[in-house]
Amino acid sequence: MSKGAACALPPRTANPATIAPMHREQIDHVVKQISQVILGKERQIRLAVACLLARGHLLIEDIPGVGKTTLAHTLAAVLGLQFQRIQFTSDLLPADILGVSIYDRDTARFRFHPGPIFSQVILADEVNRATPKTQSALLEAMEEHQVTAEGETRPLPEPFFVIATQNPSNQIGTFPLPESQLDRFLMRIELGYPDAGAERALLQGADRRDLLPKLTPALQPEELAAVQEAVRAVHASGALLDYLQALINYSRQSPDYVSGLSPRAALAMLAAARAWALMEGRNQVLPEDLQAIVPGVVGHRLHVARDNSRLTGAAVAAALIEAVPIP
Amino acid sequence: MRATTDRLHPAHVGWLLVALALVTAPHVERLPWWITLLVGTLLAWRAYITWHALQLPPKWLLFLIAGGAVGGIYIQYGRLLGRDSGVALLVIMLTLKLLEMSSLRDAMVLVFLCYFLVITDFLYSQTIPTALYLLLVVWVITASLIGFQLRLRQPGYRYQFRSAGMLLLQSVPLMLVLFVLFPRVPGPLWGLPQDATASVTGLSDEMSPGSVSKLITSDAIALRATFSTGVPPAGQLYWRGPVMWDFDGYTWTASRDPGQRHREAQYSGAPTEYTVTVEPNSRRWLFALDLPTRAPPPARLTADFQILSPSAVSNRLRYDMTSYPNWIDNTPLTPAEMQRALALPPRSNPRTAALAASMRNQATDERAYVAAVLAKFRNENFYYTTTPPPLNVNPVDEFLFSTRAGFCEHYASSFAVLMRAGGIPARIVTGYQGGEINNVGNYLTVRQADAHAWTEVWLKNEGWVRVDPTAAVSPSRVEAGVAAAVPQGETLPLQLRGEYPWLRRARMTWDTMAYSWNQIVLEYTQDRQRQFMQRVGIDNATWQSLATLMFMLAVGVTLVVGALMLWRLRTQRPDPLSAAYARFCATLAQRGLARLPSEGPLDFCRRAGAARPDLRERIDAISTLYMRLRYGATATADETRELLARVKAFRI
Repeated sequence: MSKGAACALPPRTANPATIAPMHREQIDHVVKQISQVILGKERQIRLAVACLLARGHLLIEDIPGVGKTTLAHTLAAVLGLQFQRIQFTSDLLPADILGVSIYDRDTARFRFHPGPIFSQVILADEVNRATPKTQSALLEAMEEHQVTAEGETRPLPEPFFVIATQNPSNQIGTFPLPESQLDRFLMRIELGYPDAGAERALLQGADRRDLLPKLTPALQPEELAAVQEAVRAVHASGALLDYLQALINYSRQSPDYVSGLSPRAALAMLAAARAWALMEGRNQVLPEDLQAIVPGVVGHRLHVARDNSRLTGAAVAAALIEAVPIP
Repeated sequence: MRATTDRLHPAHVGWLLVALALVTAPHVERLPWWITLLVGTLLAWRAYITWHALQLPPKWLLFLIAGGAVGGIYIQYGRLLGRDSGVALLVIMLTLKLLEMSSLRDAMVLVFLCYFLVITDFLYSQTIPTALYLLLVVWVITASLIGFQLRLRQPGYRYQFRSAGMLLLQSVPLMLVLFVLFPRVPGPLWGLPQDATASVTGLSDEMSPGSVSKLITSDAIALRATFSTGVPPAGQLYWRGPVMWDFDGYTWTASRDPGQRHREAQYSGAPTEYTVTVEPNSRRWLFALDLPTRAPPPARLTADFQILSPSAVSNRLRYDMTSYPNWIDNTPLTPAEMQRALALPPRSNPRTAALAASMRNQATDERAYVAAVLAKFRNENFYYTTTPPPLNVNPVDEFLFSTRAGFCEHYASSFAVLMRAGGIPARIVTGYQGGEINNVGNYLTVRQADAHAWTEVWLKNEGWVRVDPTAAVSPSRVEAGVAAAVPQGETLPLQLRGEYPWLRRARMTWDTMAYSWNQIVLEYTQDRQRQFMQRVGIDNATWQSLATLMFMLAVGVTLVVGALMLWRLRTQRPDPLSAAYARFCATLAQRGLARLPSEGPLDFCRRAGAARPDLRERIDAISTLYMRLRYGATATADETRELLARVKAFRI
């Protein structure tokens, strides 16, 4: 989506219409900050930001060394959130994530030591290297926004984001996330190789990790909360929902897919499309907004039937969009 | 995903397999066992391939199977063309086609061949159950066709069946037009020249012991009759068929070419007027009640009042008849006739001859002799049964003096022999006796099991007189029908049993439906088409005028149905907003700027604006307004009007 749109919507009424462009500026600032670290990946960055604004968890999948972890780091840093990183390994246990009760000799009681999950942004690095048991501990926390350990339920801080990275599951030593758990992630994005220009800049520039401490938060926590509130208020008209349902129905009826999109997937698409619309400075969702987030939201939920070649999320999304006319 | 458009989904193959199995099923009983086995194996093979997503068999293997099957069919039938071998060939080839089917295109070809195979089923049977079954099959085939069009992932069988049903219903008016007006060729629609009625049971031109009683097991319908003057009493229901003069001591034979009628009989009393529909029987006889006045053209009436059709009755035939139950046929016999009616083979049945001589001597006149013989049958220990003991060299002797158990042909034969031996000319008449009155349709049904044989004797002064010796032994055979006369425990077709009134009633209703189906649908021949056209005011309908009318009406009906559907579409047409935007897009499309179906209004606005900077402002204004109205939270009537006005003014 190019900027400086010829068809930017002129403001109609004072209140909501001025809010949207205001948020747009804030978010553009965030995206710009991240783009200084992750070069040439603006579209993926915008998708990642949209995912977080829609209060969804993000899964970054790609081969090692294309900047997954850096992107996660940068996101947390730019949004000014409290950050914990968990490196998933095959011997990681649920208690290593959730926390553990230890006997305190002074008080003669068990005291709960919260695990790294009690944090606003969790970077679950290489999440598919851990065993399914550990994976599910994380994924339950993602869904419930709370942790139950030692019979006591403890709420997690707000906002609570999980940014997970994973290697493609055909790599050695991975436990692929089952489909039901993939579904917990609002979006899955693939970074891919940088283009030649970006790669040259990367090679010439400073170490990306060194740039991280220099980043200043582009949003205050309350500002982030306000943006998230505004995302929820973005209008989705009946016509837009018609289009969304047409997409969903096509995925359910076409022989091209193993299984169709679930109602949860539909909700995820709508939430992400609202975030995208707000990022574009609009108070209403357009079909284009829906189309823009389809690669991130749909790629890991739709499985192309009878196709051995692994299609990227973008290719699956492009085919779906092309197949469904806008009503 | 263009690549997958033409690919077959397993569900498509499943549909085709079911359709093919359904359409082949009625042929199974007629196909040789090895073809059935081959077709079943091939279907199962295809199902296995689809289920396990395996490769299709190589072409050379299919060629090999096809070649083998063609050879087998040639050996089996001695030819490749013709009804039976053609159907076998078609079934095999269709199944093989299934095995090389890889694209949707192939599947479509198969679907249309399935439709064709439906027609071949009608070559064998045109009954209501067949028609209903094939209608069901057509429904299934159409549903699979719809499945191919929709590329449905799941077998959305409900939707497919519903759409196919709707499609068939919408085609009903067209179907009626085609049925009524399609120019008919002479003869019924499904008539076939040769092997169609090869093995029909029925009366033949010969009668030997056992030839009539074997028909008792057949509940096939021989004929149906509708009476306009009321159904005569059972005792008068003698349906006259082959008349036999020649006896070789064992078998009675009808003459191959009986003489023409040379003088009328004298009729008296009230005539019986009726319409007969005779089932195909591959013989030349048409049946009429004793005694018919004339033959329906082109059939002719013979000297002994048989009605002979010029060719074998291979199609269902319908004709009007008039008969008189009271008649005198005393046209003097020619010497040749007299000789034939008295002839007995020398040295056969000697005891019968002796018995006849002594009885004739005791009787005062011919009448008395006939009465004496009948009394002998009635009073002595004769027994009426469908399963008589076999008779060998001198059947009449054996029957009269030892077995004394027989069916109508035994009584008729021995009576005629006794008459001839006593000097009275006699002949055998075979045909049907009685019939069942169908209260539902108010007509008479005569089945093969009603087959009967009786005699006619020539009495001086009186002429030919009908004498039914069976009636002497078993009066109920004539008065109440064969079912009542046959002793308990002997075999009878279910159709003839009368124990359950509800069964009887259901059977009659069903037979009435079949009768109407025959009359209205199957017997809609060239003549009746012409009659119908006359009734609606079209005289002298030729096939050209019928074809023209059919074409015009078909187009008319299609237009009306299409208009109705269009009207329904229009009533649910999109709101003015979408219509206006569609018009705007159409205007741009005329200038080569077509909006893609999946292109959003914003993307299109940018693309169009970039392509036509001169129109950019107007495109922007309309698109912006449209997006706000369609996707925004608030929309006022003013804005909608503004959009409509702008679109209206948008011309290039």
